[in-house]
Amino acid sequence: MSDIPKIPSSEITPEATYQNRRLFIKSGIWAGSLLATSGLYRAFRHKAEVSNTGVVLSAVEDEFKVPLIGMDEVENTFEQIAGYNNFYEFSTDKNRVASKAKNFVTDPWKVEVGGLVGKPRTYDLSDLLKINPVERTYRFRCVEGWSMVIPWVGFPLSQLLKQVEPLSGATHVAFETYFDEKQMPDHRFAGIDLPYVEGLRLDEAMHPLTLLATGLYGKTLPNQNGAPIRLVVPWKYGFKSIKSIVRITLTDKEPPTTWNLAAPREYGFYSNVNPTVSHPRWSQAHERRIGEPGFRETLMFNGYAEQVAHLYKDLDLRKFF
Amino acid sequence: MTFSTDSRFHRQLVFVNGLLPALLIAIDAWRGQLGANPVEFVTRATGVLTLVFLIITLLVTPLRKLCGWNWLLKQRRLLGLIAFFYGVAHLLTYLAFDRNWLLLSVPGDIAKRPFIAVGMFSFALMLPLAITSTNAMIKKLGGKRWGQLHRLTYVLTIGGVVHYYMLVKSDITWPVIFGLMVAVLLGYRIVAALKKPAKAQRRAA
Repeated sequence: MSDIPKIPSSEITPEATYQNRRLFIKSGIWAGSLLATSGLYRAFRHKAEVSNTGVVLSAVEDEFKVPLIGMDEVENTFEQIAGYNNFYEFSTDKNRVASKAKNFVTDPWKVEVGGLVGKPRTYDLSDLLKINPVERTYRFRCVEGWSMVIPWVGFPLSQLLKQVEPLSGATHVAFETYFDEKQMPDHRFAGIDLPYVEGLRLDEAMHPLTLLATGLYGKTLPNQNGAPIRLVVPWKYGFKSIKSIVRITLTDKEPPTTWNLAAPREYGFYSNVNPTVSHPRWSQAHERRIGEPGFRETLMFNGYAEQVAHLYKDLDLRKFF
Repeated sequence: MTFSTDSRFHRQLVFVNGLLPALLIAIDAWRGQLGANPVEFVTRATGVLTLVFLIITLLVTPLRKLCGWNWLLKQRRLLGLIAFFYGVAHLLTYLAFDRNWLLLSVPGDIAKRPFIAVGMFSFALMLPLAITSTNAMIKKLGGKRWGQLHRLTYVLTIGGVVHYYMLVKSDITWPVIFGLMVAVLLGYRIVAALKKPAKAQRRAA
């Protein structure tokens, strides 16, 4: 007799039960692992949450009658424009900015206009909304190599600057974005110094194409697009078009700009759209128009050369990129 | 048969879960649910999946040694091949949508954009590993030489993380997280090698 203890037959699991139990455990592992894998994927593939809750703005067509987009170009949809944004204060994931900026408070809002001006003034948003709004449909070209066509509502920046009467010594205009760590908790992932600052030469700022936008598609701006008021400079890369502006300052020297400070060899002060000067990570010769398969050729000054090339006739654009 | 010996079950689990993300991407693409910039999403997703499966592959040895999960070893080549699968998908996305199939423009692009060069280098290192992943090739090379060759995984994984780090604009959070994971996994191997008795090292030399 061996000394292996005898197991009473009542304690031996019947084979059918054993197989059932194994099948049950296996099914559990299958279900759990597939749920976990697809859950991770879903978290990674974040769907932009876009809702069109803007207030209708009454805009008119202004005297600026030149065709601002080509015959073969169509406006991007509201969902594309409001669901794919670079706004690093809220998130560095373009599909996530809309939901992160959902509760951004843009009312009340003041814009302080000062520096080298005769009549410095702090504007309430309502004052700015009274400046007769116009509709402008522009191409928007991001330095990352994608582009959209956006129907903005706003007014030429020159109208505001004329009201504050720039002094003769003023040569540049500096802009600053609202910054609030509490409302923008993910700013710490941005990797850039905040508040976001931008700048233009005064003649660029006074150009009739340069817009202060307060809306798109006929309604006030969604938060993620730079509510309540932002700059739009259509012949420059998108990051020049600073969002959610709280300060505009006339100066007598070139103001610091956020991306230029972060990586001076990659982003110049001018940052005019230029297919002949490539960026270390993105060829600038082509662009992907959101919503279209394939590429489009990138146009000099984003297609606005006729209107703006004269501003740079004495400038080496390869050096001053 | 206990759980840890049921390698057919492990294989099915790894295979199906490994390819499930590809299936979900394909379904989302078909339904037009890849967001405003589908090409950017697919490029990012396939790149990240390559890194994820490389890291899982590198996890096998520490988990065996620390937890005694020796059954994982049998799935390591499959895990590496899934990483290779996503690497190929990543490269094809680049060739099709970034290069528009203009293959002659690729060398110029490699020269112009350093992060592309690093990515290509890492992908090139995956090729000999994928080719030698069959049983016949292990036999042909001999286990020891095969193992030495497959240590290229360390180099190409570092290359993959560097490639990711170089391409982000300013938010380095994820490249740094991947970098730390790789540092821990490779650091474990360095420590383990230093702890080996001197005799074993002499024999190996």
